[in-house]
Amino acid sequence: MSAHVLELKDVTMQFGGVVAVDSLSLAVDEGEIVALIGPNGAGKTTAFNVVTGVYPPTNGEVRFHDRVIVSNRPRGKMKKLYAGSSRGVYTASVAPSPDRITKLGIARTFQNIRLFKDLTVLENVLIAKHMNIKAGLFSAVFRLNAKEERQMRESALALLKIVGLEDARDEVASSLPYGKQRHLEIARALATEPKLLLLDEPAAGMNPQETDELTAFIRRIKEDFHLTVFMIEHHMNLVMEISDRIYVIDFGKQIAEGTPAQVQDNPVVIAAYLGVEEA
Amino acid sequence: MKTKKSTKRICSVLAFAALLAFLYLLDPNSMTMKLLQKGAILAVVAASMNLLNGFTGLFSLGQAGFMSIGAYITALLTIPVKSLDGVYYAGGMSEGIRAFKMAMEAGPAWLTSVYPFLALILGGVAAALVAALIGIPVLRLKSDYLAIATLGVSEIIRAVVSSPQMEKITNGSYGLNKIPNFPEMFGGAVPSKVTPFLIAAVCIALMVLLINSSYGRAFKAIREDETAAEAMGVNLFKHKEMAFVISSFFTGVGGGLLAMYLRSIDAKTFSIALTYDILLIIVIGGIGSMTGSVLSAFLVTVSKEGFLRFFDETLTIGGWQVPLFRAGFRMVIFSILLMAVVLFYRRGIMGTKEFSWDAVFGLPGWFKRKFGRKAARGGDGR
Amino acid sequence: MSMTTILQHCLTGISLGGAYALIAIGYTMVYGILRLINFAHGEIFMMAGYFMIFCMSSMPYFVAIPVVILVTVALGVAIERAAYKPLRTAPRMSIMISAIGVSYLLQNLATYLFTAIPRGYPEIPFLKQTFHIKDVSASLVTFLTPVLTIVIVVLLMLLINHTKIGMAMRAVSKDFETSQLMGIKINSVISVTFVIGSALAAVGSILYFTDRMSVTPFSGTLPGLKCFVAAVFGGIGSIPGAVVGGFLIGITETILVALGYSTFSDAFTFILLIVMLLFLPTGLFGEKSTDKV
Repeated sequence: MSAHVLELKDVTMQFGGVVAVDSLSLAVDEGEIVALIGPNGAGKTTAFNVVTGVYPPTNGEVRFHDRVIVSNRPRGKMKKLYAGSSRGVYTASVAPSPDRITKLGIARTFQNIRLFKDLTVLENVLIAKHMNIKAGLFSAVFRLNAKEERQMRESALALLKIVGLEDARDEVASSLPYGKQRHLEIARALATEPKLLLLDEPAAGMNPQETDELTAFIRRIKEDFHLTVFMIEHHMNLVMEISDRIYVIDFGKQIAEGTPAQVQDNPVVIAAYLGVEEA
Repeated sequence: MKTKKSTKRICSVLAFAALLAFLYLLDPNSMTMKLLQKGAILAVVAASMNLLNGFTGLFSLGQAGFMSIGAYITALLTIPVKSLDGVYYAGGMSEGIRAFKMAMEAGPAWLTSVYPFLALILGGVAAALVAALIGIPVLRLKSDYLAIATLGVSEIIRAVVSSPQMEKITNGSYGLNKIPNFPEMFGGAVPSKVTPFLIAAVCIALMVLLINSSYGRAFKAIREDETAAEAMGVNLFKHKEMAFVISSFFTGVGGGLLAMYLRSIDAKTFSIALTYDILLIIVIGGIGSMTGSVLSAFLVTVSKEGFLRFFDETLTIGGWQVPLFRAGFRMVIFSILLMAVVLFYRRGIMGTKEFSWDAVFGLPGWFKRKFGRKAARGGDGR
Repeated sequence: MSMTTILQHCLTGISLGGAYALIAIGYTMVYGILRLINFAHGEIFMMAGYFMIFCMSSMPYFVAIPVVILVTVALGVAIERAAYKPLRTAPRMSIMISAIGVSYLLQNLATYLFTAIPRGYPEIPFLKQTFHIKDVSASLVTFLTPVLTIVIVVLLMLLINHTKIGMAMRAVSKDFETSQLMGIKINSVISVTFVIGSALAAVGSILYFTDRMSVTPFSGTLPGLKCFVAAVFGGIGSIPGAVVGGFLIGITETILVALGYSTFSDAFTFILLIVMLLFLPTGLFGEKSTDKV
């Protein structure tokens, strides 16, 4: 049995008494495009934040290529407040900072675009290249690493070309139109050379034509960069068109799983989104 | 219109040579020279504060404390042995340090000529070490709290340095004097009066190289958005600590230079007011612009000590004494100008832009566009 | 050290602590609402000292005291309108720099107007009356301060918890933008905050300088910083916390000076600050908040 690329096991995230993510278990396999959907406030971005190390979970673990990268058990105040069912199962406490998780090969974009606003388009992508720099501070300051710097630039420009921003390289990031900013965020995430790409509402704010372009784009980069993609999305066209599998969550709990066709007809899913008709 | 790279290089060399010639010719004891020297020293500290506050986004107010470390170490090491008893007249000096100094003074000629520079570097290193230690707990704090915490650190350093317990080393509250002036370089080729400018230029050049390197970009990313920077693989603590330590090193060197300039220092020299002075320099120059900090350091020093003194003298025009003009007025004017910048010209002189020859050569065109239109309209309207 | 001396020092400490507490409340209220460390608060306190010097030379004390409070309040509100209001939408660093700029301006203004030579603080007759209890003697001011402080804090808590304006202040400190959307007049709330803070600073300055005897343009810097530490210690945004912090710092400072470590008494306050920020950043009574990503 081959290991999943990403696996969440019983991940629970509680903020005080509020359970944002409730014993969420899911898996993403190599080369898949998996979508995480659900009504607003269902806990999707929180799940992403647990995977990328922004919050340590209240309980549960996250595995990347079968290696535990995040894990926690209820401690301190949470011991009393933990409402889940898998108490005592997870004993380790692994809480790396987000940059460590990125270095493992997991990259992400943000629901509300988080570009480096006052920096140029090129600088935004170059920063994502910094984590792999071999030169130390001394070499970098005295320009002893000229070759490496040139390679970083070339690789960054290549990425900008893919998203059509090569000519805008010296523009300030905040001056780009909205759609282009989203593309830049994806290019920046790709610059970290990830194996798993987490996209948080990549199509937010896009019109149908832009969404179609994005759909094709995601397919293309998945092929070209040999990625596995895990995405949160509300644009159902994009989700149904491109996903291999879909997880549906509501109130932090998984309520359905399956292929697009299966999920579309699932009454539980329909009820969660549209409500149930009064009898 | 972009000028060729070779033209730009020639311009830079020529400008540098012209400035150098000007400095060589200037009388070392003139007011102008003194002001320019002070400006150069404050430029180093301003640039290092900008590195931290403007480029990495860490609002730190601890500069005075780190300057005092650099100043005291430099002073301690460079005060000639024969003057020690005069300086430490109250409690006497620590024997260990005295012995070290005597050994240094007895050394070969090359050592004695390089020694003051070593003292400056050691001052910077000491400040950097303290920063490294302090950074571990303090850099986790949010911006407002970081400001107050670093302010507190600065005051703690000042209290420790001037405490009676440290008298044998720092001379406690009496301070240190008889600090020798700037050393010459290269056996007299560079006279003592020009040394601070060269040292300042080297320091600032190093900082600019850092800013434009990959690490500098990481610093700017932290300033822009910490969460995104982390998500892109930038280790926040490591880079913040790096910025803090490097900035403090140069602040310490600046402090050492200040000690050589003032010839005598005590704890009062490094009060919080000094940090505020540097902060105001970088605000006027533009937080986020190295060029701005350098320009502003000279501008502020020359105006504060120089022509604004005009306001401190009583002024009589045709027998009538102009009200308001008396001692202290210039600082009030300066403070008001400062508030004006903070409230209305928040980007400062340079904003986040740096010096470029393209901008300089573009000036005539800019003037023509701005004022040529008006002249043309005026001519037609008649 | 004899019992009497210890009691004497305790009394002085409590008196100092009371003055600090009143100033610390000003810091904590402004921070709670605007998320701004009002670096100029210490200077407002110092200016109140000077106002008293001038008022007392031309009017009897029972007129001078209210006048000083009024003028200080006017100064505080003027500063808010001129230097903080325009920067409400600016990044945090800008408004903090503005506060530092105001602090700088007030210090230089005071030096220009009043010179840097210490000016004698006038004696307010009834406050300087000494009382003797057994062997311990102290002026009325020393006894009055803690009592006055507690009374003021109680009144303040009543205001915050049982009046409409108090509710508005609590709302604004929880969520600035939404409060505006809910129809709260932000400018009024902020002005009221500064009115209260400045009035307390004026009262605090009367209590502080009566024992200290002289004012210089730099009299406000260190007390200002210490009071901010007191506010952080108690939990920034919490008024009872600021009071506890003020008393703690006042008492500790007096003890340290009595024991002979006066140079370290200032440093101690900052060491306390750093220790607090490291281990209990929300202070004694503060609230934890998580940032949404």
